[in-house]
Parts: sequence; structure tokens; C-alpha cells
Amino acid sequence: MAEWTPSGTRDVLPDEMRELRALGERLRTVFDAAGYGEIRTPALENEITFSRDGGDAGPAYRVFDEHGNVLVLRSDMTVPIARVVGNRYADAQLPLRFWYEAPAYRAARPRRGESREFMQAGIELIGAPAPHGTVEVLNVLCDSLLAAGLTDFKVGIGDVRLYASLLADYGVDERQRVRLSRLLARHDFVAVAEALQRMDLSAADAELLASVPRIHGGPEILDADGPLDAALGDLREVHAALAPETARRVIYDLGLVRSIDYYTGVIFQVYDPGHGQPLGGGGRYDNLLANFGRPLPAVGFALNVERVHIALTGEERIDG
Amino acid sequence: MADAGARDSESGRVRLAVPRGALLGDTLDLLDRIGIDTTEVRENDRKLLFEDAGIITMRPSDVPTYVESGAADLGITGKDVLLEQAERELYELSDLRFGRCRMVLASVAGPDRVEEARRRLGIVRIATKYPRIASAYFERAGVQAEIVEVRGSVELAPLTGMVEAIVDLTATGTTLRENRLVIRDEIAVCTARLIANPVSLKLKTAAIDALLARIEATQVEDTKKPTAQGPGGQEPAAGRRGSNEV
Repeated sequence: MAEWTPSGTRDVLPDEMRELRALGERLRTVFDAAGYGEIRTPALENEITFSRDGGDAGPAYRVFDEHGNVLVLRSDMTVPIARVVGNRYADAQLPLRFWYEAPAYRAARPRRGESREFMQAGIELIGAPAPHGTVEVLNVLCDSLLAAGLTDFKVGIGDVRLYASLLADYGVDERQRVRLSRLLARHDFVAVAEALQRMDLSAADAELLASVPRIHGGPEILDADGPLDAALGDLREVHAALAPETARRVIYDLGLVRSIDYYTGVIFQVYDPGHGQPLGGGGRYDNLLANFGRPLPAVGFALNVERVHIALTGEERIDG
Repeated sequence: MADAGARDSESGRVRLAVPRGALLGDTLDLLDRIGIDTTEVRENDRKLLFEDAGIITMRPSDVPTYVESGAADLGITGKDVLLEQAERELYELSDLRFGRCRMVLASVAGPDRVEEARRRLGIVRIATKYPRIASAYFERAGVQAEIVEVRGSVELAPLTGMVEAIVDLTATGTTLRENRLVIRDEIAVCTARLIANPVSLKLKTAAIDALLARIEATQVEDTKKPTAQGPGGQEPAAGRRGSNEV
């Protein structure tokens, strides 16, 4: 039998490569114009670099070097760029702006056509606090998707702290909060509602808490008062400052969750009718840089380039 | 396919994956109640794609595949299927409450052979169509198990001595009883669930929310039925239908 690539990896041949190059070029033009500089880091990092914040989307492949040290294949570019800032930009003037187009490596779950190696294109904005840093990144995100040629995309925006703080307000203890976030991360609204009903909450409170992760829509959902009022503060600030072209793409989503642990505030995710799964996402990670000796607020996004490419062909089919 | 996708996307119409088999009848009844015309589906056993009703039909275990890919925006399938395919990226929106079954551990009547094998052999052999549910169950219990995946009548496996027990879905328990098998443990209760593609849920919110609201309304009606007979329950519903026709 002929040798093929490992499952979850693939070759890219010239016809597809030409299209991917052209797409990368269009993204690069937007990143450059917004003042971001390209960065390249090694595919292999020391294990310790990735050991603090991984979550489900952390590194999956480890190798020993010739001295017995453990190296990992990077699972994203955000952590290596945070390391670079700690290593090389100790006294640099802020904010720092980087962009990249580089492969990342994650575990592929069994029996699925998942990629172990996938191309990401994205930006990191370091030293720019909320809300203005977040707004800049969201505007660049929408500009780059438009430049890529997508016309029907939307960007879902949520806040990782929102649901946990609401649960805490209702006296749900930490163990149960963790359990509920896990169910929410699995998108199992039925199990969330059942778990809430079994907790020491009034029927009305349990129903309200079960309904919150389902709320998504235009800026009108940010007008909520009562218990949600305080938790929506950051999203309101972001909304007030978005460019009009970005604002009309946004879906506010009170149930948005991401599989990466280092996010600390506003998070986002890209949807397009041309593909059945999100094209990418990002958010604020205000604590990650402290791991590398520079406690700086930061925010960024990454697009899965192959999925953007699939969505482009999907949109052509739909509109075609 | 492509043109259908275009119409659906522009009009915000949703495409629903409907399971053939045991869940089909209740699923079609529910769709009728929320105003989706299923006549064509009921009349065609072999047709798979019903463009006018926005319905595609398939075996229940294929529903998550179509919904995850976005080929269907919504789907209806059993919780047993969702537990077995837990890694799928999709949303579980609603418990539809019909198709109630139990996932059980069962073995031949008499002394429990599972217990004997565990004690004397250190490992139990289990036949099932649900290898992931069975593995997870024995891992939780701290018991080493050899999972034997079978496609057809699972009941045969313990009767022939190939395995000590089975993990399988049962509605009434009749098939188990007829094969001299007794339930040793209940692993999960499974009902039909409404699932959604993650992108469709965000981009076709209005259409999906409207459908969910109509489903929830039928569930409220159902919970009221036993207590509110006569004037409280049946008549207003009939009255509504009447006024719609006018």
C-alpha cells in the first residue's frame, strides 16, 4: 500500500495553493494597513510555555529533544507571541501589533474529519486595554473578512465572565458553576436546564438562568436591566465604539463560550452561511502576558484559513 | 442541492433532519401540530428530500452528522444517539419528551454473570451497539470491560455465552424478557431531542426561535391536558383552529 499522510493532515496541491495564497495576500493587505507587523515563531516550543493555559484546545503533540527536554507543537500563535513579548519587547512602546499566518496543531477527535494541522491567520494587539483595544481588533476582523471576499458573515460577541458572575449573583456555588460552564461548553441546553432545576433555586430563577445562554441578537439585548445589567457593561462599551460597518455584522450572544482557557473578558466568533462551523474567533486575554513577565492587557483573533476558503466557495454556490 | 441552500439562506428558512424508524411517527405528529405539513413525508417511504416542507429523512444515527455539517439546520434524534456521538459540535436545544427509552445493562436471568466474571476473571465482556456509552459506564464504575460491538440483535450475544451482559436501549422490556434477560442497572433515560447546527442557530435565529416557541407551546398544552379537561383545555384549542380558518 502506498504511504499517505497521517490522518488529520493533508497535502495542498497547486490549484488550491494558488487560491490560499491569494486569500492570505488579501488578509495581509488589511493587517499591514492597520499597522500590524508580521511575526514568525518556531512550530516547536518548550512544554512549559504552553503549560499554564491550554484548555481543550491546548497542545496535543509532544516530543523529546536530544537532551530529554519535552517540546510541544504549538496549538495556537497567541501563546508564542505572548512569550516573544516577554522575551524581546521588555521596554517597547505600547501597544504592540503583530499578525501571522502559520500552521497550528491540535488533537483530532476520533472518527471525524478533523485537522491535526491547520493554517491560522490572525492578529494580536498587546498593551491596549478594553474597550478600545477590543474595538480595534473587531474592526480589523471585519475588514479582513470583507477583504477575503465574504459578504454574508456575522461576528458573535459575548463575555466569558458573564454567565459565571450571574450564577454567583444567584448564590450558585463554585463547584456547580464549573459544572454548568462545562455543560454550556458542550452546548447542551437541556442538561443546563435540568441541572439548574435540581439546584437550590426558585423555579422562576432556574428558568431565568436557563434562558440567559440562549439570548442572542442585536444591540437591543444589551438594554436588559435587573441582574444582567452590570454583567453587560463591557459589551455596551464595545458596542458604543464599533465602526458602523462592524456594528451591522455583530450578534451579541450571552451564551458564547470558547474552548480556550486564557480568555478573560469579551470573546468573539465568526459565522458564515457558507460553512457549517465557525470560521475563527478571539477575545481578550488580559492575564496571559503576566505568565511571561509582562502583565499587559491584550486581545486578538485567529481565522482558520481553510475554513474561510471553504466558506468563500460556499457563498459562491449560494449566490452563484 | 446548491440552489436549495441558496433559497434557505436568503429566506431564513430552516431545513430539518427527521429520523426514520421508531421516532418517525411522534416526530411527524409534532411537526403537524406546529404547522409543518408532513403529508408528503407520510405518503413517501422511499423519498429522502422534501423541499417544500423543508424536511430531509434519514436513520437516527445520521441526524447529528447532517446537522453538524450544516446540511440540515435542525434535527430530531434520540438522546442515545447524542450520547454515543458526544464529540459532535452541535447544540442540544430541547427535550421533546417522546420516544422515551432506557439504556440498560442486562444479563441472563439467574445469578449475575457480570459479577462473577468481574470477581473471577477481572474483566467483563459486554455486547452493545453503543460502544462509547458502554465504555464510559464501566469506566465510571471502575470495572474493566471488553466491549464487543455488534450490529444486529444484541440479545443473542449473552444467550450464546459470547459475552456476560449487554448494554442496550429498551422501551418496554419485552424483547429482553422474551430472551430471558433481566435488567441489572439503568444507565440513562433517553428521549427525543431537538438539535441545531451552531452556525444556523446564530444566523437563522428568527426562524429557529419561532419553531422552538411553537414546540414549547405544544409542551405547555400537553402538561395542561390531564388537569384542564373541557373548557380549560380542549375547547380553546379548537376555537383557535376555527378562527384561523376564517
